[in-house]
Amino acid sequence: MHAHAQRLIAARLGLALLTLLLVSAVVFGITGLLPGDAAQQALGQAATPEAVTALRHQFGLDQPALQRYVQWLFHVVTGNFGTSLSNNLPVSELIATRLPNSLVLAGLTTLVSVPVALLIGISSAMFRGSLLDRVLNVLTLSTVAVPEFLIATIAVLVFAVKLRWLPALSYLSEVSSFGGLLRIYAMPVKTLCCVIVAQMARMTRAAVLDQLNSSYVEMAILKGASPMRVVLRHVLPNTIGPIANAVALSLSYLFGGVVIVESIFNYPGLASLMVDAVTNRDMPLVQGCVMVFCAAYLALVLIADLAQIVSNPRLRQR
Amino acid sequence: MDKENLHYADAPVGTELERLTRRGASRRDVLRALAAAGMASLTGAGLLTASSGAFAQPQPQPQPKQGGKIRVATQSSSSADTLDPAKGALGTDYVRGNMFYNGLTEFDSHLGAKMGLAESLESKDATVWVVKLRTGVQFHDGKSLTPADVVFSLMRNKDPATASKAKTVADQFKEVKATGPNEVTITLEGANADLPVILADSHFLIIKDGTTDFKTAVGTGPYKVKDFSPGVRTVGVRNEKYWKPGLPHIDEIELIGISDESARVNALLSGDVQLINAVSPRSTERIKSTPGFEVLETKTGDLVVRDENGITGNDDFRRGMFYLQDREQIKRAVFRGFGTIANDQPIDPTNKYYLAGIPQRTFDPDKAKFYFQKSKVGSTPVQLFASPAAEGSVEMAMLLQQAAPAAGLNLQVTRVPADGYWSNHWMKHPLGFGNVNARPSADVLFTQFFKSDAPWNEANWKSPKFDQMLLAARGEPDDAKRKKIYGDMQVLVHETGGVGIPMFQSSLDAHTSKLQGLGSIPLAGLMGFAFAEHVWLVS
Repeated sequence: MHAHAQRLIAARLGLALLTLLLVSAVVFGITGLLPGDAAQQALGQAATPEAVTALRHQFGLDQPALQRYVQWLFHVVTGNFGTSLSNNLPVSELIATRLPNSLVLAGLTTLVSVPVALLIGISSAMFRGSLLDRVLNVLTLSTVAVPEFLIATIAVLVFAVKLRWLPALSYLSEVSSFGGLLRIYAMPVKTLCCVIVAQMARMTRAAVLDQLNSSYVEMAILKGASPMRVVLRHVLPNTIGPIANAVALSLSYLFGGVVIVESIFNYPGLASLMVDAVTNRDMPLVQGCVMVFCAAYLALVLIADLAQIVSNPRLRQR
Repeated sequence: MDKENLHYADAPVGTELERLTRRGASRRDVLRALAAAGMASLTGAGLLTASSGAFAQPQPQPQPKQGGKIRVATQSSSSADTLDPAKGALGTDYVRGNMFYNGLTEFDSHLGAKMGLAESLESKDATVWVVKLRTGVQFHDGKSLTPADVVFSLMRNKDPATASKAKTVADQFKEVKATGPNEVTITLEGANADLPVILADSHFLIIKDGTTDFKTAVGTGPYKVKDFSPGVRTVGVRNEKYWKPGLPHIDEIELIGISDESARVNALLSGDVQLINAVSPRSTERIKSTPGFEVLETKTGDLVVRDENGITGNDDFRRGMFYLQDREQIKRAVFRGFGTIANDQPIDPTNKYYLAGIPQRTFDPDKAKFYFQKSKVGSTPVQLFASPAAEGSVEMAMLLQQAAPAAGLNLQVTRVPADGYWSNHWMKHPLGFGNVNARPSADVLFTQFFKSDAPWNEANWKSPKFDQMLLAARGEPDDAKRKKIYGDMQVLVHETGGVGIPMFQSSLDAHTSKLQGLGSIPLAGLMGFAFAEHVWLVS
C-alpha cells in the first residue's frame, strides 16, 4: 500500500505543478484580454493618456506580456509572489491575512455539512421510496435550488433584523468566546450548508443504493444482519471512494465560490479578495489567489483519491 | 481677495432658514420659506431633510457628548483602498482622508471654503496666493506642521508617478514654495478665484513632507490610525491633541465596506453599524418605518448625463433626445422622488452660481418627433448604451426606448456590464450614459466636462465663446460679476450643448437616531465625506 500511495502522491504532485503552471498561463492570458488594465483602473475617470503611460511604466505594464509572465514565474519559483498593483502590499501578505479566514469558514462548514449530508444520504437510501426519502429529497433539492443570496438575506432579516439574535455581519475582531464564535459563524455556515449539503447527500444516497443492490448485501441480510449493521458495517466502507469524491468536489466550492456569502456577511475571505483583484486588474494578486484556489482543489482531490485507495482492499494490496 | 468673499450667501434667506430650523420647522415650512424668499437668490445648499422633521446644522442646543464607538459602512471597499489622499477614488477613501488628515481649507455647508490648516488665504489677482499656516498644529507623531509639508502635499499631485486623481487640477499650480516660517505662496498658471475651494478637495489634504509609505497615515486629522487593512476595515481612534478644541467627539470609528445595498441596510437595522451611505431610494420606506432610524438626504449635484457625439452630433437630433426624456417619470420611477429635475445644464440649484429661470424642457414626444424628422434620422436604428455603472441609466434607457416609437425613433438599448464601463464604453459610443459626481465648484465642473479641450468633454462640444467666459469667470474676484458670467454659461450649455442632463441625484445616508451632529455638505453624502469629526453618540 505504501509504495502505491507514495507513487500516486509523487505522480499527483508532479501533475499538480504542471496544472498550476497551465492554469497560471491561462489566467494570465485571459486577464490580459479583459478590457482596461491596472493603470487605467487605478486612475479611473482621471485617466489622461500621459498619466496612464506614466503609471503603466511604474507598474511595468509597458513591457511585453510574455516577458512579464516569465518574470512573474521566475519570482514565484523563488517564493516571491510579487506586489499588489492596487495597494503596494506584498501579495503573500494580503493572501496570508485572508486565507485563515477562508479556511476557518470552510472548516466549520465542513464540520457541519458533511455529517448532515451523510446522515440524510444514508437514511434516505435505507428507507428508499418511503415518505422520509421523498421528504428529504424535496428538502435538499429545494435548498439547493434557492439562490444563496436569498437564503442569506432572509436569514439576516429574520435572525438579525427582526429577532436580533445574531449579528448581521461576521466580525472576526469580536470573537472572544466559543459562544461568540457560534453567533458569528451561524448564519454564513448555515447558508453555505444549504448550498453544498444537497449535492453531497444525493451522491451519498446514490452510492449507498448502488451497494444495497449488490449480492453481498443480500448475503448479509440473509445471514440475519440488522439493516443498521448492513449499512454501517458492510455498505459504508465500500462507498467511501465515491462519497469522498463528492465531498471533495463540494468542499472545493468553499474556497472560491463563496463570494456572495462573503459580501453579504462582510466576511473578509479570499474570494472577495480575488474579485477585487480582477476588478482592479491587479494581475499579481489575481495570480496569487488563483494559485491558492487551484492548489486547494488539487489537494482535496488528492485526499479523496487517497481515501479511496485506503478504503479499498483491492487497491490497498496492489 | 478677501476670504469673507468666499462665504457668499444670501443673508435674509439664511437667517430665515436658520430661525425655522432652530424651532424645529417641518420640511414643508422650510420649503415654503424658500419659495417665499424666491429661489433665484437662494443658496439652498444647506437644506437637508431628515425623515422626522427638519434636521438642522449642528446647533448648539443638543450638547455634543464625548466618547463612544461607532461603526460606519460605506458601499465601496476593496483591496484598492488607500490612505494616500492623492490616490483616493471612492467615498471610503475620502472618508478616511478626512479622518486622518486636514486640508488647508474645508467645505462649508454651501460648498464655500472655510479655513482649515490655513489661517488665511489671500490674493490680489487670484493668481498669486499667500497662505498663512495655523501655528501649533501637530502631526500624529508629534512633528509640527511646516510649509515644507504643504509644498510636498500639493506638488506631488503634479507628478505623474503619484497617479493622483487630481492631476489635471494640480497642473495649474505653477509653483508652490515656502516664503516664511509659516507662509506658503502658491502661484497659479492663470487666475483662479476658486483656489480656496479647490484646496478643500480631499486630494489636496496635507501629509507629512517626504511621505512615500501609506501603510498607515500620519496626518493632522481628528483621528489616528489604529488599524488599516485594505478591503477589510479601517479603525481610527480619537486624536487627543487635535487642533480644533473639543473635537472630535467619538473615541473610535471603525470604517467598513459592505458592497451589497440590502446587506448594508440590514446591518444598520440590526444595530451592527450606526451609519451607512448610498441607500437606495427603494429602501428608504423600510428604514423610516423602523423606529430609531433616520434617512438623511443630501441634495448633491450628482449629474446623470447622457453624452452624444459622432453620428448623433446633429443639433436637431440632440434636441429631439432632450424632449424625449420624461424627467418627471425618471425622478418618480427611477429615483423615487429623491433628486432634482435638471435642465440640460450642469449647475444644480444648490450651487451658489445657479441661474434660475431658464425655461424647463419637458417631455414632449411631438416636439421630439418634429426634431427627429428635421434631422432626417429616419428609421435607422440608433444604439443607446446603458450600464449599471452609470446609476439609473438602464432604467432611463428603458423609459427612452418606450417613448421612442411615439416620436418615430428606432431606439435600441444595449446593456453593458458595470465592470470596465468607464474605460471601455463611456464616451466611446455616439449615444450613451455617464454619471458625474458633484464637483466642488462650478469652475471645476465646467473645466473638466465642458471646456473645448476638457478630457471628459462627453459630447465633444466645442465653443470658443464658452471657453472665454470660463477663463473670465475664473479670474474674476467680484462674486456678483462671476455669477453673471456663470449664468450666461448655463444658458449657453442649455441652448446649444450636447449633453442631456435629466436629473441631479440626491445622496441618501441612513443612521441610528442616537448618532447626532450630522449635517449636510452638498458635495456628497456623509457630510461631504467629512462627518467623522462632527458627530456624537447619545445613549
